[in-house]
Amino acid sequence: MVKQITVFIENKPGRLMEMLKALAKNDIDIKAFSLADTTEFGIARMIVSDENAAKKAIDDEGVVARICNIITIAVPDEPGALMKALEILKNNGISIEYMYAFAEKLDGASVIAIRTDNQELADETLSKGGVKVLNQSDIEKL
Amino acid sequence: MGYYQKEIECMPREEIKKLQGERLVWQVKRMYERVELFRKRMDEKGLKPEDIKGIEDLAKLPFSYKQDLRDYYPFGLFAEPLKNIVRVHASSGTTGKQIVVGYTRNDLDTWKDCMARQFAAAGATDEDIIQVSYGYGLFTGGLGAHGGAERIGAMVVPTSSGNTSRQIQTMADFGTTILCCTPSYAMYLAEAIEEAGLKDKIKLKAGVFGAEPWTEDMRHAIENSLGIKAYDVYGLSEIMGPGVAYECSCQNGMHVSEDMFIPEIINPDTGEVLPEGEQGELVFTTLTKEGFPVIRYRTRDICSLNYEQCECGRTFVRMNKPTGRSDDMLIIRGVNVFPSQIEEVLLKISSGVTPNYQIVVGRENNTDTLDINVEMSEALFADDIKSIEKIERKIVTDLRSVLGIGAKVHLVNPKSIERSEGKAKRVIDNRNLRD
Repeated sequence: MVKQITVFIENKPGRLMEMLKALAKNDIDIKAFSLADTTEFGIARMIVSDENAAKKAIDDEGVVARICNIITIAVPDEPGALMKALEILKNNGISIEYMYAFAEKLDGASVIAIRTDNQELADETLSKGGVKVLNQSDIEKL
Repeated sequence: MGYYQKEIECMPREEIKKLQGERLVWQVKRMYERVELFRKRMDEKGLKPEDIKGIEDLAKLPFSYKQDLRDYYPFGLFAEPLKNIVRVHASSGTTGKQIVVGYTRNDLDTWKDCMARQFAAAGATDEDIIQVSYGYGLFTGGLGAHGGAERIGAMVVPTSSGNTSRQIQTMADFGTTILCCTPSYAMYLAEAIEEAGLKDKIKLKAGVFGAEPWTEDMRHAIENSLGIKAYDVYGLSEIMGPGVAYECSCQNGMHVSEDMFIPEIINPDTGEVLPEGEQGELVFTTLTKEGFPVIRYRTRDICSLNYEQCECGRTFVRMNKPTGRSDDMLIIRGVNVFPSQIEEVLLKISSGVTPNYQIVVGRENNTDTLDINVEMSEALFADDIKSIEKIERKIVTDLRSVLGIGAKVHLVNPKSIERSEGKAKRVIDNRNLRD
């Protein structure tokens, strides 16, 4: 699994900017980014070059962030590839909570972060099903 | 306007004092025998019931507090066995636990007299149709006003609160002449009547409004928009409910029913009784209450008393509209809210660490709004929206269950709540409800 940083974004203009500014100031590279919104607040999820430095920079801004593990897979850049990977999860009764894609490819394959309701089982079944599951060192190459 | 019990309401002051003295002696003796906490406090002061010989000894007696009702929850302060209690009411305490008061049959009877005095002073007779739009239930407003309206012989329309369109239709169809509700709801109803084009069908002549602070400007606005005379009524469940003090047509202070209650004004810091006319904390002693009597109960309302005889002929002392509180209680949509209640809910949710929060009270379209900003923390934060929304929803539901009213919860950034001298400002009230 791969380290993800999740950031609470208060529902006020400029809050996302402040967080991104803190990352930029600390030379942190964002590899993948997603923003989820609710009526009351937003959540930014990112995979970054250095999650601990990112957390510190965000903490210093007075914003709440958390680091957690997330499954990250690489699937061939061809029609149906993602569908096949997700089918494995479905067949094992695992449901997906959210997912988002990386900006860069890894050896020509698309990289996708997936959060499921059972991370360990998802990790295991995906690997068994022949899907390439990435670890932190793979991400560093991106 | 009219009196309900002229011989009492206009009793010479000397006679009032004499009557109060006799009743006080009776009450002190009775409570000393029956209420453990009162006996304990008397003993601590080295006082015996015999030391209280008349009204002049009042200031010797120990105070009682809202906290007592929590400590002796639910029935520990009742002075009658439960079989003699025929009704209870409850209101919010300073924390999650509600406070409970009990009434004997006689208590309900005197309460009806209290409210009947208000209705008579507002010009009500048995010809009137009185619509009670206070909430019915544990809250004393609905049933309190109801009892007085029945006592006067009016036709009572117990609509209770809510469902505005039905309220105004009923008012128009039945020909309601007197309305009872909170002043903010009266403003709201006035607007709804206007919008529904029912103004010509409304026969209101007076309104009896209370349970929340309001200003003279609001009074004028209500009087003008509804074409009525608006009367201010005061009460609190610990003493009785609405009708402890009532306004006459002079609209220059509320007459305290002094045959049943003795008001005092004290310095809230020292407890010392202040000279006549000075502003301080209002304290009440109940003279006739049987079920749940109190001696020198600290209301925390700040006001002053005016002993000059009123032009209406009543000799009962007048209290002015409370100008504030000596504690941090808020009245929101007629409901008493303590910041500590909100704090308790938040404390439970964030597993022992109170998040920083701020209570923002406002008024939109004549309805009070309650917004609570809660600073996000790592303890509350999670990777998935579901968990955060669950926490948010739980705060809302728990607040509703503890406060009895809805609140909007906003999760905000840590340290974003303004602090003065390191301490967060807990309450912002934008309503300007005091003159």
